[in-house]
Amino acid sequence: MEQVIYTNNLTKKFGAFTAVDNITFHVNKGEIFGFLGANGAGKTTAMRMLCGLSIPTSGQGYVAGCDIVKEQEKIKKSIGYMSQKFSLYEDLTVWENIKLFAGIYGMHIKDIKKKADVILNILDITKERNTLVKHIPTGWKQKLAFSVAVFHNPKIVFLDEPTGGVDPEARRQFWEMIYSAANDGITIFVTTHYMDEAEYCDRISIMVQGKIAALASPKELKDKYNAKDMDEVFSKLVEGTYGVM
Amino acid sequence: MVKVSNISKSFKDVLALDNVTFAANQGELYGIIGPDGAGKTTLFRIMTTLTIPDNGTVYINNRSIIKDYMEIRKHIGYMPGKFALYQDLTVEENLNFFASVFDTDVNENYDLIKGIYSHIAPFKKRKAGNLSGGMKQKLALSCALIHKPEVLFLDEPTTGVDPVSRKEFWDMLAGLKQMGITIIVSTPYMDEASRCDRIALIKNGKFLHVDTPDNIIAAFNKNLIAVTASGMKTLLNDIRKCNHITSAFAFGSEIHALIDDYNNIGNVLSYLNTMKYRDAEIKIISPNIEDCFIWSK
Repeated sequence: MEQVIYTNNLTKKFGAFTAVDNITFHVNKGEIFGFLGANGAGKTTAMRMLCGLSIPTSGQGYVAGCDIVKEQEKIKKSIGYMSQKFSLYEDLTVWENIKLFAGIYGMHIKDIKKKADVILNILDITKERNTLVKHIPTGWKQKLAFSVAVFHNPKIVFLDEPTGGVDPEARRQFWEMIYSAANDGITIFVTTHYMDEAEYCDRISIMVQGKIAALASPKELKDKYNAKDMDEVFSKLVEGTYGVM
Repeated sequence: MVKVSNISKSFKDVLALDNVTFAANQGELYGIIGPDGAGKTTLFRIMTTLTIPDNGTVYINNRSIIKDYMEIRKHIGYMPGKFALYQDLTVEENLNFFASVFDTDVNENYDLIKGIYSHIAPFKKRKAGNLSGGMKQKLALSCALIHKPEVLFLDEPTTGVDPVSRKEFWDMLAGLKQMGITIIVSTPYMDEASRCDRIALIKNGKFLHVDTPDNIIAAFNKNLIAVTASGMKTLLNDIRKCNHITSAFAFGSEIHALIDDYNNIGNVLSYLNTMKYRDAEIKIISPNIEDCFIWSK
């Protein structure tokens, strides 16, 4: 099976502090991979290295076939990224956001127009094409942001807490979009603090103090830790392990 | 006591709060629960005298937010959703600063914050900007408490916080409640509802329900089932096509669905069995708060 992410002893230190400590794992093509952990466990640092935004102190990693140390610029072209904190420009319209992001990824304007029509139709927001993003409801905004993140057809999309604060119904619709993208062969790398969402992933890793403390399917993890749900698995792994960060 | 009556607030053509009414009693832990954009922060800013409502009244222990706002500010603690402490002051300096603004000192009410502050006291020389999310949250709560407020307003204190730290935070709130402080807290996490004495579910500026979590669950009047089978990824779309099912959503490892009549469970099961779901299981369940939120009209 093709591996879209592969790391070997990946490590990042800030001075004396080891934020990411020798992590080795892989993510398969088309997989929905949940990247969980407590605040300060090193998730963001690890993700920044995988996205080509931060150079590891030691170890290796490959994302979409590119070396995360030597081919950082190439990585950025092959991935999509979306976070809850920042996804779209509020003061641009729906269409302007699509045009901007797709343009940055080097897509041709003719292709952008054609694909935008399809996407807006699927999202059922064709009539909001010229509406400023700040005037569309949060739930729609998240769905649009996801569509923009995968617009250039990346091999993998990184989602950093994509559903934080989103209403329960929109949160579920968002996951239905993730399923559909995974079905189309896009690999999904997602972080979340909602433990019910962890159940929707094919496999999950849980980071504790810079290390991957567990990595398996939700079912395997629940069996292994004798837990009724992922919330209990998470608690058993994380409780009492907080460091000074 | 916090008494909010018929509060409305618009920003240009957006109605942020639409005739909101509720009252929190002395010593009560009251939750305002709803997603981003529902109007939670606007409501908090009105209750803490920072925004003037278009209509309605708010009284905090019989003081009006319009006439007595200066007095109210002395007696409430407010922790906004965004980290609002001074990032380039140390932990200790922030705490001393807020104490002095309220004309008190850290020692006077130390008992109140001891349980919370003791976690971060070892780092009191560290700048607030260099703290982790969980520690910032503890410092902000300490600063909001340092003048022994009558009422504590916490706007989304647990947003973006991992599940274990969130539980710890609610344990701290339970401790503060024991000391008699009235607490109004907002959250987008529906699973935190059970930690509150009473809750208001808010959506698009309107309160959907105001009651204890148990009563809201007891008032749910639809036929709810949980469905599981191997092949969960396709199950959701397939079960939606069944004509006894009116609505269905994923809930962790299960699908929750509304069925027209519990007598039709057998029919739904045979529908699933004739498709590829031989091992499908259906059980009648009582709703959680998230079910109530999704299926309240």
